[in-house]
Amino acid sequence: MANMIMFCILAVVILGSAVMCVTTTRIMRAATFMLFVLFGVAGLYFLLDYTYLGAAQISVYAGGVTMIYVFAIQLVSKRTLQGLTERMKGSRVLWGGLLCLIGCATVILVLLKNKFIYTADAVADVEVPMKNIGQALVGAGRYEYVLAFEFISLFLLACIIGGLVVSRKEEEK
Amino acid sequence: MTIPVECYFVLSALLFFIGVFGFVTRRNLIAMLISIELVLNAVDINFAAFNRLLYPGSMEGMFMTLFSIGVSAAESAVAIAIIINVYRNFRSDSVDSIKNMKW
Repeated sequence: MANMIMFCILAVVILGSAVMCVTTTRIMRAATFMLFVLFGVAGLYFLLDYTYLGAAQISVYAGGVTMIYVFAIQLVSKRTLQGLTERMKGSRVLWGGLLCLIGCATVILVLLKNKFIYTADAVADVEVPMKNIGQALVGAGRYEYVLAFEFISLFLLACIIGGLVVSRKEEEK
Repeated sequence: MTIPVECYFVLSALLFFIGVFGFVTRRNLIAMLISIELVLNAVDINFAAFNRLLYPGSMEGMFMTLFSIGVSAAESAVAIAIIINVYRNFRSDSVDSIKNMKW
């Protein structure tokens, strides 16, 4: 019962913050509401007993990515911050809302009508031990992920260099 | 008492389409990027919930979510660099100002 109450609180926080995030016209507020969404998702991971995943979500997303956004907003859009915000076109909002309602209904129907959700078994909530996670992350055997781990570290390096090159100021010629 | 798996499905589908709605309606580059982050988070919730509630013995979904978090962090860093460059060249952060690569 406690789990259900926690889930409802988290769902309300996530959905409410997400709606505010896409409807507010000020970008700084959108970034702040995105922070709440990210914390809510981390709470969901804790609720699923993936504590490592929740910690990674908080430290990478809520700590790193949001910080990048706040810096970019401060660098880029001073005008947007000071109230001169984008205007939402009525027709675009209408068509976008219609499209999203249809898509959402379809996806929820497909997910709920599927047979595979009946294979969900009421498993005792046990935390995945950290030792297993670490061994699977850097092991080279079956169902172990050292190749993906190496690849993502190379990918992050490439993205750092690419970001630096792209945002570098061109020197005057 | 565990939470039924349908709750996670409905929550992540709603979050996904809120993100899609933001992506369709907003015209500010950073707001569109924030909407993409919402979509990615919805997908991550689904991965973790599938793994925990349908296949609790394995860890594939958890690692997929972990790598997805890393990839989206890198993606947002590169996108922010591009946006800063666009703002420096066009003096605007709206997608309507970038039309050179449209056709």
